[in-house]
Amino acid sequence: MFAYYLDLALRSLRRNKALTALMVLAIALGIGASMTTLTVLHVLSGDPLPGRSGSLYYPQMDPRDMDGYKPQDDPPEQVTWIDGMALLHAKRARYQALMTGGAVPIQPANSAIDPFFEDARYTSADFFPMFDVPFLFGHGWNAADDGASAHVVVLSRKLNDKLFGGKDSTGQMLRVDDMAFRIVGVLDSWRPTPHFYDLYTGSYSSEEGVFVPLTTATDMKFTHNGSNDCWGKGQSDNMKTATCTWLQLWVQLDTPAEAAAYRKFLLNYSSEQKALGRFQRPPNVRLPDVMGWLDYNKVVPSDVHLQVWLAFGFLLVCLVNTVGLMLAKFLRRSGELGIRRALGASRRSLFAQLLTEAGVVGLVGGSGGLLLALLGLWLVRRQPSDYAALAYLDLPMLLATFAAAVVATLLAGLLPAWRACLIPPALQLKSN
Amino acid sequence: MTLHPILAALRKHKAGVVLIAMQIALTLAIVCNAVFIIGQRIERVNRPTGLDESNLFLITQQWVDAPGEDTPGGVDKLDAMQLEDLAALRQVPDVVSVAPINSMPLLDSSWNGAIASKPGDTQFRGKSVTRTTYYFSDDQMLPTLGVRLVAGRAFNAGDVGHQGFRDQRDPDIVILTKALADKLFPNGAVGKAVYLNGGNKPVTVIGVVERMQVPYAGGGDEVAWNSTLIPTRLNANFARYAVRTKPGRLDDVMRAVTPALYKVNPMRVLDDDSVRSFTEIRDKAYRADLGMAILMGVVCLILLCVTAAGIVGLTSFWVGQRHRQIGVRRALGARKIDILHYFQIENLLIAGSGVVIGVLLAVGLNQWLMSHYEMTRIPILYVLTGVLAMLAIGQAAVFVPARRASNVPPVVATRAV
Repeated sequence: MFAYYLDLALRSLRRNKALTALMVLAIALGIGASMTTLTVLHVLSGDPLPGRSGSLYYPQMDPRDMDGYKPQDDPPEQVTWIDGMALLHAKRARYQALMTGGAVPIQPANSAIDPFFEDARYTSADFFPMFDVPFLFGHGWNAADDGASAHVVVLSRKLNDKLFGGKDSTGQMLRVDDMAFRIVGVLDSWRPTPHFYDLYTGSYSSEEGVFVPLTTATDMKFTHNGSNDCWGKGQSDNMKTATCTWLQLWVQLDTPAEAAAYRKFLLNYSSEQKALGRFQRPPNVRLPDVMGWLDYNKVVPSDVHLQVWLAFGFLLVCLVNTVGLMLAKFLRRSGELGIRRALGASRRSLFAQLLTEAGVVGLVGGSGGLLLALLGLWLVRRQPSDYAALAYLDLPMLLATFAAAVVATLLAGLLPAWRACLIPPALQLKSN
Repeated sequence: MTLHPILAALRKHKAGVVLIAMQIALTLAIVCNAVFIIGQRIERVNRPTGLDESNLFLITQQWVDAPGEDTPGGVDKLDAMQLEDLAALRQVPDVVSVAPINSMPLLDSSWNGAIASKPGDTQFRGKSVTRTTYYFSDDQMLPTLGVRLVAGRAFNAGDVGHQGFRDQRDPDIVILTKALADKLFPNGAVGKAVYLNGGNKPVTVIGVVERMQVPYAGGGDEVAWNSTLIPTRLNANFARYAVRTKPGRLDDVMRAVTPALYKVNPMRVLDDDSVRSFTEIRDKAYRADLGMAILMGVVCLILLCVTAAGIVGLTSFWVGQRHRQIGVRRALGARKIDILHYFQIENLLIAGSGVVIGVLLAVGLNQWLMSHYEMTRIPILYVLTGVLAMLAIGQAAVFVPARRASNVPPVVATRAV
């Protein structure tokens, strides 16, 4: 029966090519625009470390003085050197890493390459196991290297390709800001999206090229990038004692019980610091996990949300348009439908036949929409924003494109099909 | 022609009428708001920076192995290195003037703080305190950037000092932008004292410049021109230099500065991004806004086309359906023009009810956008223009099928059945 309906649908669609093309085009444009913007949103609001992000937490506390204090204030988004180091050494979590971003001048041994700046991450040893960072060669450094401010460095795969032609460079020396650093590891390709661990150097920036122990970077006064929030006497030459928050702390807590215990530990730490007089405000701690932290910071640009709404508005207009056109198309065939009814076709089978026709329009429109979405994403990738390169359609989105097109067109076909089924058979026969 | 027969006929195909009206209403709501967003973005992009933007470029460079700011004599050594660079840049042919500067309008790298007309005020309460961006430069700043002085005097060589990048010392004198001066001192700012970042040290305002935008491109008009100019060279392991060239010589000078700086001191990093013309800086700052405006524009255009096509499609169907009635009317004496008018008035009625709902939807959508995104109230002019445009598109779309209807010969009335 379905094959017969399909045949009828194709015949009917072929009969009025302009109207069919208009419907298909409207569906394709609406679906194409919606899927392009949805894919971008899907990529931007994704989980940076699937499977792990639920057990990674971002401790926050409030070390500021009472100047401008309001009880409902959120704690600062980063931690000071003193607090960061204290929590790092307390080792209350399975893993903990303190970090910030920066840029360092690299002086390649190969004189064919001029010195250049490379984005760097200054962090501590647990960074690599905690975020499950894949290594191509070698490994990360250890806590002893952190303690000794060792001159060790881990390179990204891209930088290793640039400097050493992709060969195993571990054990070699690299000149960074006129100092020799020993390469201990080379990462495999790794780009968590969003750049969740440090949103201050760009929410969607690519991975850093150089990883150096935080202690070494601070001792050598490497340039620090990102946010630096100060109070009281504020910045000083020595970032270790400055009353500024400028570091991100991440901890791994595997169970909710561990997370609750850690939150309690943070509260105790804050109270203790207040008793000592270092903190002045009442203890105010937060412990969001990765997705909570991303939500709090509203990392997805509002323009992207706006584009999604615009595209859905567009799709809605396209669907209303299709409903109108389909209504015209179905009612024009009143005569034919009346004859089929008179020959014994039930309303149900008529309804099924008309919906088949709508489904065919949806399928063709969906294919067109898919092509348009691919074109749209290609255009997005040519944009200069730092998330542009990530805009690719994955399999679930591809299937969703077809499903959305067919479901939308079937919905659009419901009203016209129902109206067409209400045609009394006798009247149609009489008037013809 | 009376409306009665048209209304009676419309009642016969409610579904089609409602669908067209709905489509027009939705299109109007979306297009009005989208065009308003486009307008806002374009307005933002066209905001003047206050600079003479042609023949101007910026060098950002970092020394390798520079002395630390906190080592003994480190700041003085860094300043000597900076002065050497400035002297070398002034020697480059076709350079008009050079100024060291910590940032530039639209560069998106800024040093911000609070400025007040009373000491010790950081709470941002009332009119005596506001946010500001600090530009640190020297006496060459105004001629180099092309910023116009409107009151008081400019910095002279004697005013200029230098300090380490992390040194929080307040200056003795500043120049304010007119926007900032008017906010703090409605009766003239020159000679008055301001207090920076809640401090207690009076800082004298010696001059007012017409306009200078802050480095952040996205700020609203209330903060966009709140700049404070300080006559101090900041010393760190990096430095930025603004360079003005003779007209038409920008590209040549931009190519010549890198070798000139390497000649002074090869121990530095100057890569592809280090030398950028102001045009590039402006383009980069507004790329996202322009992209959004273009996207919205394209969507609006397609939307209008789809709606027009929908009207053509449905009206064509009605014309086909009423083929015989039209013939009867023609046979009874209706002129071609009457038939044409019939369909035009019918469309006007449908589109009219559509735009009434559309205006409500547009205002509602605007309210919703205001509560969720950075948006202002949509001016009524946009909505009225949208209404007229929708009615015009309706008339244009109905014309072809209506003309076809008017060409139905009266003889049709006698045929068929």
